[in-house]
This record gives sequence, C-alpha cells and structure tokens, in this order.
Amino acid sequence: MCPRPRSERVVVIGAGHAGVQVADSLRAAGHDGPLAVVGDEPAPPYQRPPLSKEHLASTGTAMPLRAERFFRENRIELRTGVTATAIDRASRIVHLDDGGTVPYDVLVLATGAANRTPAVPGADLPGVHALRTLADADEVAAALPRARSVLVVGAGFIGLEVAAAARARGLPVTVLEAADRPLGRAVSPVMAEHLADAHRRMGTTLRLGEAVAAFTGRGVVSSVGLEYATDLVVVGIGVVARTALAAAAGLPVSDGIVVDENLRTADPAIYAVGDCASHPSAHTGTRIRLESVQNATDQARHVATAILGDSGSGPYAELPWFWSHQGPLKLQIAGVRLPDDESVPCGDPATGRFSVCCFRDGRLVAVESLNRPADHIAARRLLSAGRSPHPGQVGDPAFSLKDFARRPVAA
Amino acid sequence: MPKVIYHHEDGATETVAADAGSNVMRAAVQNGVAGIVGECGGQAMCATCHVYVREAHLDSLPEIGEDEEEMLDCTAAPRDERRSRLGCQLTLGGDLEEVEVDVPATQI
Repeated sequence: MCPRPRSERVVVIGAGHAGVQVADSLRAAGHDGPLAVVGDEPAPPYQRPPLSKEHLASTGTAMPLRAERFFRENRIELRTGVTATAIDRASRIVHLDDGGTVPYDVLVLATGAANRTPAVPGADLPGVHALRTLADADEVAAALPRARSVLVVGAGFIGLEVAAAARARGLPVTVLEAADRPLGRAVSPVMAEHLADAHRRMGTTLRLGEAVAAFTGRGVVSSVGLEYATDLVVVGIGVVARTALAAAAGLPVSDGIVVDENLRTADPAIYAVGDCASHPSAHTGTRIRLESVQNATDQARHVATAILGDSGSGPYAELPWFWSHQGPLKLQIAGVRLPDDESVPCGDPATGRFSVCCFRDGRLVAVESLNRPADHIAARRLLSAGRSPHPGQVGDPAFSLKDFARRPVAA
Repeated sequence: MPKVIYHHEDGATETVAADAGSNVMRAAVQNGVAGIVGECGGQAMCATCHVYVREAHLDSLPEIGEDEEEMLDCTAAPRDERRSRLGCQLTLGGDLEEVEVDVPATQI
C-alpha cells in the first residue's frame, strides 16, 4: 500500500463511537488534511452503553464521547443533525439532506445499525419504544417513572438491561422472547440458563417461546394469544446494519457493508467500520458483523492507520470483547463463540460467579464471565496470545483461568 | 465545587472544576482533557481512564473495588501499586474535594 498524503480530505459518515474514533485516531497519527464527521442525530456525539443502564436509573445527562473543545482543537468539522443522502463515487462527493455537498478523497462509512421493528400491527403506537439513540433513551427514561408496569419484547442484551433497570425501580416486568432461551446465540446455553434464572429471581417474568403478535395501545397480544396489559413497551429484537447509503452507491452489501481485512470496501477510496461493517474475522474464519464499542473503536483505529498507509499493522485481527450490565449481573465476553462450540463451565454457576470456556476443535475461542472480571482479563490475555487450556483441565474445580494465564509459557 | 488537576507527560497541567458526584474520568472527558479515554462509559470495563494519583491525595481515595482491582491489571501503561486507579471509580465530593493525578502516556 502506498502511503497517502497526510493532507487528503477525509469524510466520516456517522458520529457514533466508530466515526468519532476514526477522526480522533487520524489526527493523533498526524493526519493534517481537512476532516469532517457527519452525523444524523442532533445531539453532539455521546456514549452509547450507559443509555440502557445508568441513563434509565437516573435522569442524568448523556455522557459526551468527546468534549466540544476536542473537535475544535483538532480541527474536526463536526456536522450533527445532517443526513448523508447519496455518495457520488465518480466525483467523490457526499450529498447531504440540507442540500449541501462534501467532497472527499477518502470516505469512511460508520453508519451503525438501526433497531429492527416487529412486523406486527400497532408497532408504531405511542407507548411502544425502542432503545438505541439518546432520544430513545430520554423517552424511556421519562416514561419509566410514570409507568405502572413494563413489557419488554426480546430477551437480548438491551431487553434484559431494560428489564433489570425497570425491576430496580420496583416495576412489574414481563419479557417476551420468541426463542426458547434468552440471548439467542450470543451466549452459551449454560450462561443463558443461568441469566434467565437470575432475572427470574430479580422478579422479572420471562415468557420464553412467545413472540409479540400485536400492540394494542393498552398492551400486547402474544403469539400464543395471551394479552398483557401494560403502559410501557420496550422493543429490543436486534438491529439491522445501516447499509442503504452504501448499497445505493453500488457497494457490495450482505448483512453489512462488505469490507476486506483492512476494512476497505470494493471502492479503494471508501472504508466501513463498526456495527455496519461485515468483515472477515481471523477469530471465526468467516465474515462477521459485530455490534460493540470495542469493535467500533478498534476498527476505527485500524482504519486510521490504513488511511495513512501505515500497512505495518497487518490485517484487522483485534480480539473481540463485549460486556453487559444487567442489574447486579456483570457479563463479560472475550472472543467469539459459534453455535457448535463446546462449552465448559469454569467455577460453580451456583455461586453466581463463574465463567464458561468455549472450545472449537479443542482450542479455547471464547470465554463468558459472570461477575468474574479476573477471568475476563485472563481470557483476553490467553486468547490474544493464542494460548489454550485443555477442555478437560477447565472442568477441574481447582482450575483457575487467572492462574493459568499467569503461568509462564512452556518453552 | 470539586476540582481535579491533571498533570500531563509533557509537564502541562489542566485544572477542571466538576460537579460533586462526578468522577475523575467523567470530568476529563467532559472537559476535553486529553489522555483519558473512558471507552466503556465508566463501568470499570475498559481500563482506559487509568490515572496515577499524587501521593498527597492517596488517603482521601475510596477503597479499590474488586472489579477495579482486576481491571488495573490490564492497563496499557504500567500499574503503580500505590498510585494507579481508574478515574471512573474516583467519585468527587465528600472526602475528595480536590485531587491531583498524573495522566499516563498511553491508555490503549
């Protein structure tokens, strides 16, 4: 890869964790050219993880991703409340919904994802909320103190975080989940079962194998014909990558904007990072799309390096990791588990502090830790170094991931 | 109003006034103090708000929690057994009206 001039015009579409990090890393690495970040939300860039957690517990203000001063001092043109409507790849121009245009030498798509909406009657009724943006979170936070009960559609991370926040306020909470366990394929069956029990103990009613059939304005009718009266519904049934802009520009899209191992699209002048990017993963050997802050910021850093032509870093291969706080439950995941991987509990699930080690062909590929941050850190070290205990070792009650990670590597 | 003084590697110093109940990470991010990232939003998950607290303030600090203890083992800059803390766990106000910290050379 030839080094690019550091004076090129870089435009980033999307002002979330990924988009802002691209701009930050470019400047930090010495990029000196014009740099613009275009975001369609009106608010200045903000931290997303607290929205489904602390933000619902108190009427706090959003935590900024960077202070206004950061953008000014780094000469980053931040344009919020503006939507990119089209990319003219031949002329290298982005068209905006305010009628303006922005020229680019390099374009980075950090368009993120949008909430999936249930295709059932009444999904747009008042009182039916989603939770992704600050505006969404403000609406739910304002509705919670007035609500008499809460119904959550979807037992994914967002749904369960909302359920825990609502239970912490003492509200009756019911969660409808179409699958037969929470968190779908995101965690191992052992962990899913433990989390389901923990939420039940918190007082949440989990209705598994039950989807939403209709929203009525007074509640929800489920797929088995039951009616749930409630004044607040929060839907969390996953997201879809925001790919329309890329697709309309003729870029390949397949559950995300298709990028190579350096996160470059089929157009050498255009990259994609974060939730919207479908990338080849060294950790699964397949193409994946990840929705996490770690993925957003690490991919952003990688792209900044790639844009500046410093190809020494090699293909993108950062170890994925993720966390979710659900009331007192602190779940941390390192690596990527696939459905067929072998899951071996490490520690006693009955104590509420344990991990699940996931093996593929006998090698450690992911570790889910519940209220065991030491295991999580150890797992990140082991997975990054490509070290693995034997599956049989892990099942031994005396085995400790932390001790194993600290052990010197045999020569 | 609580006050945080950030000392950077190059000798520069920034003083930030913060609300009681805020913390050393949040005050830095909200005021654009470079070198403190706070990638996880303050949940003791990412260890990117690592700071070295200056000696004079060590007695005023809250105890290190279990999660913080573990995360401090994976900071990008070396951990100092006495002075290393996560900025997100240092709540301002009460015993901690003022604190001076050194910002590490790197967080990532």
